[in-house]
Parts: sequence; C-alpha cells; structure tokens
Amino acid sequence: MSEIKVNTWERFTFGERMARFIVFFGFALALSISLRTVEVIPEFLLDAPTQVADLLARMWPLDYAYYPQGIHHALMETLHVATLGTLLGVLMAVPVGIMGANNIVRVPALHWLAKLILVSSRSVNSLVWALLFVAVFGPGPLAGTIAIGFRSVGFVGKLLAEALEETNPGPVEALTAAGAPWLSVFVKSYWPQVAPAFWGIFLFRWDINVRESAVIGLVGAGGIGMVLDTALNLFYWDRVSVVLLSIFVVVIVAELLVTNIRKRII
Amino acid sequence: MTTDQNNMQVSLPQRSIRIENLFKEYVPGKPILKDISFEVQGKSSVAIIGASGTGKSTLIRCVNKLIPPTAGNVFISGENITKLQGSELREARRKIGMVFQEFNLVERLSVMENVLCGRLGYLTPWRAWLRKYPQTDIDQAYELLESMGLYDFARQRADSLSGGQRQRVGIARAVMQDPHVLLADEPTSSLDPKTSVEIMELLVALSEAHDIPLVINIHDVELAKRFTSRIVGLSNGGIVFDGPPSELTEEHLKTIYGGASWLQ
Repeated sequence: MSEIKVNTWERFTFGERMARFIVFFGFALALSISLRTVEVIPEFLLDAPTQVADLLARMWPLDYAYYPQGIHHALMETLHVATLGTLLGVLMAVPVGIMGANNIVRVPALHWLAKLILVSSRSVNSLVWALLFVAVFGPGPLAGTIAIGFRSVGFVGKLLAEALEETNPGPVEALTAAGAPWLSVFVKSYWPQVAPAFWGIFLFRWDINVRESAVIGLVGAGGIGMVLDTALNLFYWDRVSVVLLSIFVVVIVAELLVTNIRKRII
Repeated sequence: MTTDQNNMQVSLPQRSIRIENLFKEYVPGKPILKDISFEVQGKSSVAIIGASGTGKSTLIRCVNKLIPPTAGNVFISGENITKLQGSELREARRKIGMVFQEFNLVERLSVMENVLCGRLGYLTPWRAWLRKYPQTDIDQAYELLESMGLYDFARQRADSLSGGQRQRVGIARAVMQDPHVLLADEPTSSLDPKTSVEIMELLVALSEAHDIPLVINIHDVELAKRFTSRIVGLSNGGIVFDGPPSELTEEHLKTIYGGASWLQ
C-alpha cells in the first residue's frame, strides 16, 4: 500500500506554461505586424543622426533677443491659460466628483451620469478639445482655457471621487448620529478627510496643464504654442530652441513649486 | 429572566429610552434581532453583553435609525422615533448621544472642533462651514474638556491624541448634544485595561451627573458587572438575561456566549 511520495515542485503547472507561451507568442506576432505597419524606410532611419545634428546646428546659437519681444508675452498667456483652465476644471469637477462617489450619492442614475461626464472628458485629448473650442470661440486663449478646463474635469473629478470613496465612514456615521444635516456632515467629515488629496490633485493637474497649454497653441488656442508653430513654419530654428528652453524652464519651476507646496499641505 | 413591562411612567418628563418589540432582518426571514424590549430611565445604566455577531451593534444603531429597524418602536423620552424621516429624524438624533469603539473623530480637525461637532445638529451648515459656533457652545466645550483633563489639548489635532484621550473627546462630543440617552458601542474595546476602567468611570459619572440613561455594548463582562446596575444578555438576537449583575450566573454566561470551556 505504501507508495513512495515524491514531492516535486514546479513554479508553473503545465496549463500555466502553455498559457504563458501563447501570451509570448501573441506579443511577438503583434510586434512583427506593427513593425510592418509603421513602414520604416531604412534610408531615412540611417540618415537620422545627420538630420538631428543639422537641426541642432540650426538651433544654435539661441536667439535670446527674441524672448522679450515675442516669447515672454505668450509664455505668460500660457501660464494664465493653464491656471484659469485648472480653476475652471476644478469648479466643474467638484460636483461631478461628489456625484461619482458611490458612498455619497447612492442614486445609480446620477452615478452613471457622473461616470459618463468623467469618461468623456478624459477620452478626448486636450488638443482635440482645443480644436473644438477654437472652432467655437475662434483662435486665442479663451478657447485654450476652456479646452484645458474640460480636459481637467475628468482627471480631477475621477481622482476626487476615488478619494471620497476611500474616506473613513466612522466620522460620517458619528456626525450623522449627532443629527447633523447632510451639508454639515459633508463639510465636517468628508471634506477634512479629502482636503489634502484635493489640493494635491489640484496642484498636480495645474502642473500637467502648464505643459498641455504650451502645446495646444499649435492648433491656435493661444499661448506659447502659437509662437512655436510660427517659428517652426518659418524655419526660425534658433527661435524654436528659445521657445523649447522657456517651456522647459517653466515646467521645471512648476514642478519644484508643486512638490514644495504639496509637502506643506499634507 | 425579567423584562421591564411594569413601567407606567412613560409620560414622565424624565429622560428615558424605551425599546419595544424591536426586530431587524437584513435578509427577510433571518432576523438578527428578535423581539427586543427594554427600558432605561434617568441616571441608570445598562450593559448589553453578547458574543460577537449577535447584533449588539445593530441594536444600538437601530435606536437612532443609522440602521432602520424592520419592526418595533423606539421611544426617546416618550417620543417614538422609528417613524421619523428627514429633518424630524435629525432633530430626534440630537437627543441621542453616541460613543464608538473606534472613536470616530475627524482626525484632521482640532480637538475643540471635534467636540463642537456634537452641536452640528443645532447649527446651519453655513455656520458650521464658517466655524461660527455660538459662544455658549464654545464655553460648554471648554468646560467639558477641562473636566476631562483635556483643556490644554483643545487646539491640537485629534490624531495627535492617545486612545484614551480620543475616547474622552468622543464622549465630550456626545455630551455636547445635550442628549436624552447615551449609547456606547464597545467604548473600551480599543483601549488598555486601565484606560478602559477610566472611560467606564467617566461614562457612568456623566450619566449620573446629567441624568442621562446609558446603554453600553460591551465584551468585558467584568467591566459590565462593575460599572452598570443592570445587564442585558443577548444570544442569537434575543434577550436571554435581563437583571442586576448579581443575578448573572455562569449558567447565563454559558447561554449567552455558548460553551463552558472559557469559564475557569
């Protein structure tokens, strides 16, 4: 009756090994198909280093003199677009975020409406939003601000809804038990719990928006992107490099600012 | 087993809580609470004991309708609150102070503001938001904090306090409501033995000083016997013992908690 029991151990069962093989095979197949689709032209690929060197040579030396006359104003406009757009987005996102938190709003219809707004805001890229609003309001910073605002709603709203859903229900229960009206419960128990997250999201989105608003000018939505577009079209590469440098500096400064403020509020 | 059906003093202005034939079913046909009836008046206190999962927490939450009961009535100082909705329910809840196992303070707010949260039922949201608390409330809060030895902590954040201190803040918040009944849901379960005794002393002292009936859910039978004048034992959702601690025998404990091996 006694049979010798051999304790074998393998990380994967046979089924798991087969599944892994199929997944790897699928990846390899997808890679080869997509390589064929991008149609790499070998001559252009080999030529690339020369082209990059040429581009850099044209960009150098930087045309700093152009900054005060052509870039500064546009850069400030970009910052304004980013800031106002973030404010607009957050204003719209707060009610949607509250509506989307399933521990606060228990009406499924409102919940789905919130999800729909959040998803549609995020599914459209800032550039596409900008194109739409340039068509509506005409080119300029107004279209850019509203585009940034609409794109921010989905981001801020979703993260706010998640933060609200993660709050500790205990204090909410305590204040409800004390007979506090709903708004007071929100202000005194939900809000204090999500406030650090909220300001963090706000700053993070502003940081992202500074970068995005630099780009949306390419489609005519105001700011430094428009200057970049003009310089590119006219082959003023030394101006292009100044524009890129100023965007870079602004992004770094924004990043430093946001990190520092976040540290203080949390 | 004795049930308090012989009280005819419901109309007295005394602060009281009366639970009548309370049932709670989460799933139809499977009651968590079966026909619970008891009454507590004035400065008396009652401990509800029972194994985990017998519905002690549900019972206490049925009182203020945080969990709506399936059937039965709850009277707070003679007012039936089970049928109330909306703002009437909120006004009734102000009369029911509640203390929690995990304290349920708003961690990021100051101790003072946590205590003042007990007054939120009396304030408009607008005033709450702007922190425009009436001076009388602030005075009362300072008085309470001082009596609990927490005066110096008023401006600190609630999350900087120890467990015992937090529970005192939780109790102060409940007392701020000017309650007609104090409910405590396992108020000592997160605390060490010494602090547990101090918290029980505080609860009983407040109940006696302000004539507030006290209902405490508690695991610790010894603490219950030491501090309350009456014990209600729950088992399988029903009351299996109701009487003074002196009458609580090992037989009762076996019925309440099941088995005998845990009794020496």
